[in-house]
Amino acid sequence: MIRLRHTLIVVVIAATAYSLPASAQNDNQNTLDSFLRELPVEMHGFYEIRSGYRLRKDKYEKDMSVMETRLQVDLASSLDWADLKVKGDVIGDMVTEQADFDLREANIFARPTDFMDIKVGRQILTWGTGDLLFINDLFPKDWQSFFIGRDTEYLKAPSDAAKVSLFSDFVNLDIVYTPQFDLDRFISGERISYWNSNLGRLAGRDAIQGTNKPNRWFRDDEIAARLYKNINNYELAFYGYRGYWKSPGGQNAARNQAIFPDLNVYGASIRGAVGKGIGNFEFGYYESDDDQSGKNPLVNNSELRFLAGYTQEIGRDFTAGFQYYVEHMLDYGQHKDSMPVGLDRDRNRHVATVRLTKLLMNQNLRCSLFTYYSPSDKDVYMRPNLNYKATDSLALEAGANIFFGDYPSTFFSQFQNNTNIYVALRYSF
Amino acid sequence: MTKYVATALILFVLTLPGLAAEPNSAPEAKSPSLDIPDVNTIVNKANLVAYYQGEDGKAKVTMTITNKQGQKREREFIILRKDVNDGGDQKYFIYFQRPADVRRMVYMVHKHTELQKDDDRWLYLPALDLVKRVAAGDKRTSFVGSDFLYEDVSGRSLAEDTHELIETTDDLFVIKNVPKKADSVEFSYYNVSIDRKTYVPMKMDYFDKEGKLYRIIESKKIEVIQEFPTVVISEVRDLKTGSKTEMEFGNVKYNINLNEEIFTERYLRQPPREATR
Repeated sequence: MIRLRHTLIVVVIAATAYSLPASAQNDNQNTLDSFLRELPVEMHGFYEIRSGYRLRKDKYEKDMSVMETRLQVDLASSLDWADLKVKGDVIGDMVTEQADFDLREANIFARPTDFMDIKVGRQILTWGTGDLLFINDLFPKDWQSFFIGRDTEYLKAPSDAAKVSLFSDFVNLDIVYTPQFDLDRFISGERISYWNSNLGRLAGRDAIQGTNKPNRWFRDDEIAARLYKNINNYELAFYGYRGYWKSPGGQNAARNQAIFPDLNVYGASIRGAVGKGIGNFEFGYYESDDDQSGKNPLVNNSELRFLAGYTQEIGRDFTAGFQYYVEHMLDYGQHKDSMPVGLDRDRNRHVATVRLTKLLMNQNLRCSLFTYYSPSDKDVYMRPNLNYKATDSLALEAGANIFFGDYPSTFFSQFQNNTNIYVALRYSF
Repeated sequence: MTKYVATALILFVLTLPGLAAEPNSAPEAKSPSLDIPDVNTIVNKANLVAYYQGEDGKAKVTMTITNKQGQKREREFIILRKDVNDGGDQKYFIYFQRPADVRRMVYMVHKHTELQKDDDRWLYLPALDLVKRVAAGDKRTSFVGSDFLYEDVSGRSLAEDTHELIETTDDLFVIKNVPKKADSVEFSYYNVSIDRKTYVPMKMDYFDKEGKLYRIIESKKIEVIQEFPTVVISEVRDLKTGSKTEMEFGNVKYNINLNEEIFTERYLRQPPREATR
């Protein structure tokens, strides 16, 4: 907390320093001016109010799904040898009844040679070809923010990592080293009710999942790599990851804790023009290293994951995207034998997604609908959203997160009672 | 490289007579019918002047969109351009600075002039560190919500239209352009008035399917920058919606020797100094 407060003070001082030159009149100000020229700091950000409610009674959670004010301050400074960036959100959260500070980025970027880029510090990282589906992107996600209707930006949680990128005419390589495991901000019951298989019922704030996460510096670390090349604008990539299941991938039955077993992922993707649109294909082999044989019922089995997608403009300012995604469990026989009857999973989980985006009113109104549908789980998750830019700085937003399904325990269906609508107002500066 | 040098030389030579002729243009005007180039030469030269000056270039663009009610919206971005070949393929890197909600976004285009080949387009969203591939779209849709269309910004392939010289005045060539595929566009034809000396397109009048004028693009201010006549203020008016957009090009520089690598994923994720300063 003390560290957070210091960061805040730095932010405030820097913000004040930034606003001073406007009134620069005397020598002192000129000195400050020349200092600022040496260290030019750009400040931007937004102020936002967001409010959302559950549409169904959820006895494990509050009726408010999201109720918060948020100030994001983004400070950037470009020096001759490096770029510095600090971006953080101050949040007044009425659901948790807490004030919070979320440091989104605090990093230094340098281009030391023609063939190398380095970024060190807290940063948002993304790669892979899926649209709101991730196979080889094993950087932390914030599923909680995603489901309660925060801006999509918050689906990506920050990593504390070093990214080194090497470039050549033949091939490019990114290596991301995270010295201490960065887990997902997963569904724990704190704000979203979920199916608790131990209790055999839905649960929420009455049964917030305890976790035991690997957290030793430089020992419980993660490494992710991407080898990629652009061939005639077909983007080909190979990926490797060594770390942990990012959301709980198993249980410690004795302590009733969710655990994050070892995970290695190897995959590839390709993306490029197909017909009038963009096609992509991606796959990954998830090697659950703590349960190679699949015999342990308390640790996720290994999986193969596939994804194929296609996006095309189907009318003026109207785009449609379609994806098909499969998770295929390996060692399924072992899984079936090891699980009590009724608790075993299907061998394959299929998910289809459709994204429709239409721009209206000189592109100031964006209407979009993203739908996940799983034919194997028989459940659906829909994300309708309207975003209207009233002026260059003021945006109004309304949307919903709608879950339904046939069974209480499947991936999206378990969140049925969290179905919510929200509105937001954002002033950017 | 020699091709670029040759191109630069050609453009240099092209622009010189125009400049040199300025003081004594009056006597020349007496015989306008003399040495009128054929229509293809005119449209080719005008296309090069409008979109292919130098081998590369940079500008800071400020767009002001004013709707019928007089409400204004602004867009500000740095645009970097590199020609793959003159009159042909090009690469664009557009780094947004305003409004605040799109700041640091990058839009990158590898433009292809072959008729059957769509442009390759990318969008980088910094808050998500996401490199998005954008599906090829109708080029006659609005560019960033302004009255300019994608095609106005990056150029319309000459092969899409037939061209006819319909009028020659003392100062201008007027070319009528009729689309070969009428159903692919919203206009029935458009006329371009091209400056006879500089080959800068000064005005474009678009006529709808009923033959009524509905859209006008005008070059409001021309400056000679590094020998290249350059439109520094351009305005489009949509007579149907009553909306207009002014586009101002500041800090224009040509032949800045942009690295080919700028137009790749590396710089999408972290823009080059050329785009941020």
